[in-house]
Amino acid sequence: MFEEGSIFTQLLVERLNYFIYVVLLLIGLWAMIAKNNLIKKLIGMSIFQTAIILFYVSIGVKEGATIPIYLPEHDPHASHGSAEHNDAAVSGPQVLEVSEVSGYTNPLPHVLMLTAIVVGVATLGLALSICLRIYRGYGTVEEDDLLLKLEQEDSRNAGGFKKRRPRKRPSSTKASSGAAQAVSSEKSKSDRAGQGNRRSRSKSPAKKTQSSSTSDGKKPARRRPRPKKPKERDS
Amino acid sequence: MKRVAVIVVLLIGLLLAWAVRDFPSWGDPHAPASSSPVSSHFISSTGVDTEVPNMVTAVLADYRGFDTMFETVVVFIAGLAVVSILRGGPRRRTRDREFVVNFEPDLIVTNTVRLIVPVIQIFAFYVLAHGHVSPGGGFQGGVAMGASFILIALSWDLKTALARFPLDRCFTVAALGIVIYAGIGLLSMFLGGEFLDYAHLAEAFPVSPEMARYHAMLGVEIGVGFTVTAIMFALYASLSTDGRMRDGL
Repeated sequence: MFEEGSIFTQLLVERLNYFIYVVLLLIGLWAMIAKNNLIKKLIGMSIFQTAIILFYVSIGVKEGATIPIYLPEHDPHASHGSAEHNDAAVSGPQVLEVSEVSGYTNPLPHVLMLTAIVVGVATLGLALSICLRIYRGYGTVEEDDLLLKLEQEDSRNAGGFKKRRPRKRPSSTKASSGAAQAVSSEKSKSDRAGQGNRRSRSKSPAKKTQSSSTSDGKKPARRRPRPKKPKERDS
Repeated sequence: MKRVAVIVVLLIGLLLAWAVRDFPSWGDPHAPASSSPVSSHFISSTGVDTEVPNMVTAVLADYRGFDTMFETVVVFIAGLAVVSILRGGPRRRTRDREFVVNFEPDLIVTNTVRLIVPVIQIFAFYVLAHGHVSPGGGFQGGVAMGASFILIALSWDLKTALARFPLDRCFTVAALGIVIYAGIGLLSMFLGGEFLDYAHLAEAFPVSPEMARYHAMLGVEIGVGFTVTAIMFALYASLSTDGRMRDGL
């Protein structure tokens, strides 16, 4: 199984580090897809991020090289303040030789990950705050409970609306959908209808008929009519 | 759902494991990342362009200064967003979540923290100010500094920490950090260079262009440190109290 050149040798012996990152990345990905709890999804996201950071750092590794900080003998400006290096300052700074360059690791992955870690913490804080807000609103951070509650809320709003409003409205608000092309008298009427809608602060039957025509039957059309109203006011 | 997830994850895993064979082995000096002209340029000419021996700091604050500035802005905006998300809005069902912590600060813990916090803060300043010649810089120093305030909040209570670093001052300091960073960039622009081209600061100050870059990098790192310190503490304070800024941890 571990003979020379087999895929197991390549994966688990020669490139074990990459294998570890792949496993970490998959754990994070699995948590993000399959877990129900939003906090657990965030934990998965952090594990994913850690895998990427480790990957970058391991790319920066170079055998026989030191950290990317100049050794005193390589610093072109030399050690500050010591008098004996004045002659180097006179002759001007020298660019490092190729052999000397290979003695330092690549600084770029470290720079990129340095900022990525701190920005990752900040964005994780933002995600946690959104989770807290969701918990405040719905009392749960479980995804299926959340979807259930959203659906219940939507259907409750839609049902409550039907009771309050007689079904005369649709014809008048239907005219409002064509208000852009309508003559001004009609427009004023549809404006009134729009105001009425706004006052009631819930979905109008007209929206419902429209949404069913666009085959969006399951979700009560809450968002759909919103962009329409400013358009009417503009025209 | 779980079955789909397992299939997707396994597929991606197989693809990645297959791709791993093409990667360079551990520490290979001839790996593309190590032998690319960009990295050898950074290594060879950092010492010529600047007086900073730490290449990471030079790349972070000078060569990629624009990037770092907006990373700092991202941190700042994330802090603003957290506070504005958690502070506003209706608070339903607060009653069943409200709990009062009758919590007496522990004598041993508080006295240990009293001793440790100054050391942490001095070390944070050291990391921040010495980021040119040794590993360190604004991000690291800022995080250490923010952690010291979080430690105060954990060992006493949030009120004690907020008395030392109120939330509005957090955002003043964070904004000040970005103003310092962008101000140094603008100053070098007014002196005839491009935005964040620190070498032109030498025209206003009696230093060589390389030394001007050195000091400008220090200034930039201080700005980053301000922002990161303040936002780390603001994040903790907001998240641990659900935005109420009282009770909590």
